[in-house]
Amino acid sequence: MLSSSARRGAAVLLGAAVLTTLSACGAAPDQPAGADGAQTGKKPGAAVSAADFGSLEALTAAAQKEGQLNVIALPPDWANYGEIIKAFEAKYKIKVNSENPDASSADEIAAVKSRKGQTRAPDVLDLGIAFARSGASENLFAPYRVTAWDKIPDTQKDPEGRWYNDYGGYVSIGCDAARIPTCPQTFADLLKPEYKGKVALNGNPTKSGSAFGGVYAAALANQGSFADIQPGIDFFGRLKKSGNFIPVESTPATVEKGETPISIDWDYLNAGYAEQFKGKGVDWKVAVPTDGVFAQFYSQAINKEAPNPAAARLWMEFLYSAEGQNLWLKGHARPVLLPAMTQDGTADKDAVTQLPQVQGTPAFPASAELDQAKAALAEKWDKALS
Amino acid sequence: MSPSTTPRTPTAPPVDRTAGGAARRRRRGPRTWLAVLPLLAFTGLCFGLPLGAIAFGAVTRSDPASGATALTGEHLARSLQGPYLDSLIGSVQLSALTALIGGVLGVVIAQAVVTSGSAGLRGATLTASGVLANFGGVPLAFAFIATAGISGVVTRLADLGGLGWNLYSFTGLTVVYLYFLTPLMVLVIAPALDGLRPQWREAAQNSGATAGQFWRHVGLPVLAPSLLGGFVLLFGTAFAAHATAAALVGGSVPLVTLKIADALSGNVLTGQENVALALGLDMILIAGLVMAVYLPLQRRSARWLR
Repeated sequence: MLSSSARRGAAVLLGAAVLTTLSACGAAPDQPAGADGAQTGKKPGAAVSAADFGSLEALTAAAQKEGQLNVIALPPDWANYGEIIKAFEAKYKIKVNSENPDASSADEIAAVKSRKGQTRAPDVLDLGIAFARSGASENLFAPYRVTAWDKIPDTQKDPEGRWYNDYGGYVSIGCDAARIPTCPQTFADLLKPEYKGKVALNGNPTKSGSAFGGVYAAALANQGSFADIQPGIDFFGRLKKSGNFIPVESTPATVEKGETPISIDWDYLNAGYAEQFKGKGVDWKVAVPTDGVFAQFYSQAINKEAPNPAAARLWMEFLYSAEGQNLWLKGHARPVLLPAMTQDGTADKDAVTQLPQVQGTPAFPASAELDQAKAALAEKWDKALS
Repeated sequence: MSPSTTPRTPTAPPVDRTAGGAARRRRRGPRTWLAVLPLLAFTGLCFGLPLGAIAFGAVTRSDPASGATALTGEHLARSLQGPYLDSLIGSVQLSALTALIGGVLGVVIAQAVVTSGSAGLRGATLTASGVLANFGGVPLAFAFIATAGISGVVTRLADLGGLGWNLYSFTGLTVVYLYFLTPLMVLVIAPALDGLRPQWREAAQNSGATAGQFWRHVGLPVLAPSLLGGFVLLFGTAFAAHATAAALVGGSVPLVTLKIADALSGNVLTGQENVALALGLDMILIAGLVMAVYLPLQRRSARWLR
């Protein structure tokens, strides 16, 4: 009995300690706000632009007082996120807590909902466009306009500033020229008998965003449209019947092993493989198919109840600065400000020349078209492939 | 019954365990029931709570704008239609087939090891089984891709492709599942085979029974509950497996765990969480049905193996 009551006492003490820490953490962000309040009267969590802090320097100071930033679902080898996180930490002396790098958009939204009010909640989110839209409609994001707001094209941002596109790329066909004599350049090529047992997607399109993009692009290549993804599903059905398509999820491991010598994926991931496997017996070539051009961007959003609201906003300012955008570019992704930066000369020219060549400007499906395509895919994909 | 578990009823009369079951149960009544309270509390907390949450999510819908929750049968209905129904059927088929093959293989291997009488062989087999039974997920999938995939080592050496072998199919998945299910069966059935006493076989032989008759009338009936238990365990393991299948076949072999993952943690489908919960509830019901077949049979003949 004695020991159990002692334990209980310890538990109470521990609980009290946790509560104190929690409330201390909760209070911390408010203090710099109080200091800034003299100029602006706004808390960091309510700031909708850097001007609300007074200046970018004041925002930086407030973020540094918080001292940390929680990010989620940012794989270090995806669009150069590893270097972006390091650069942010080094520049602002703010610690980045990177959680579950391989999480999906659905996991991110679930983390925001389930950790409401906790210090462990993610501050910022990198979401698939559908999740950015649905999260905004569920009122999960804080509106914030970065300094470069006006340069983001209107079609690529929420007018209220709750989310805006960050970086994107084109559906591309990666191909190991060391194993494949003639690399396919178009979706029509993929049907040729010489590619039997060689064509893979990066996952299941009802789950993986890039595989979904692959089916969309195949639809566009086969008289489909944004509203009609069926020709894309049929195309992969044909590919499966001919034995060309293999349903294994292509990963760096399967690429290096030669099991997925042709992989349909975002061009920045395929371009990344080319770099990664140089000198390992893999000669990875990347082609954006001319018959099915499909581009998609991911979006950034700030958690409405971010535990580190100022650091979250500073992270956004960093991502949409020339420095942040060029880091994505270095990862072969196309940052949303690339057209503007090409005009004013701030884009990293070497990195631009490394990008796979594409003709024309990309168009994007409307929200309703996207929903329609997904519903069709969820309904028909398994049947077409089995 | 040991006195330590019923300290509150020291005056209870000795119970005749062979007769008057109903009366006994009534007399011991609610107070001994208290002794299992911690277990019930644990079960309720660790199994009941998640189950309740799943069931609640499966039959309700909350409006994102107002946050109001309303009862609906829509998710359960959807989980039993179209591709979702196909995935349930696919999962049951794959699990039943792999559990059956894995069960038979496991028994044969375990029987060979047990009757060999070699302690070294027995130790080695059981240790290896313990390791292999826990080898699953993406590492297992990649091991198979590297050996038996389209450009895998074994596929090329033995020209398996020419023989119609395809790892990324229902058959391929069956083989991969057997890789961890068979050792699991060896592990669970070896102790039961040990319990099959040599004296019984000798007695049968002395009475003039053939080996076949021994197995038919003594061996298999005594082993039946353990065999069935092993089958149920294998079925459940295969039914709940996810990562291996996800890495190998994506959507081309419909499986319910893949569907749940698509709906719950994907980058494509939004707002499908409740259908995923409904599918989870369907899975629990199927597992419950399988258990319901197993338990009464197990009770009937388990006493032989004490």
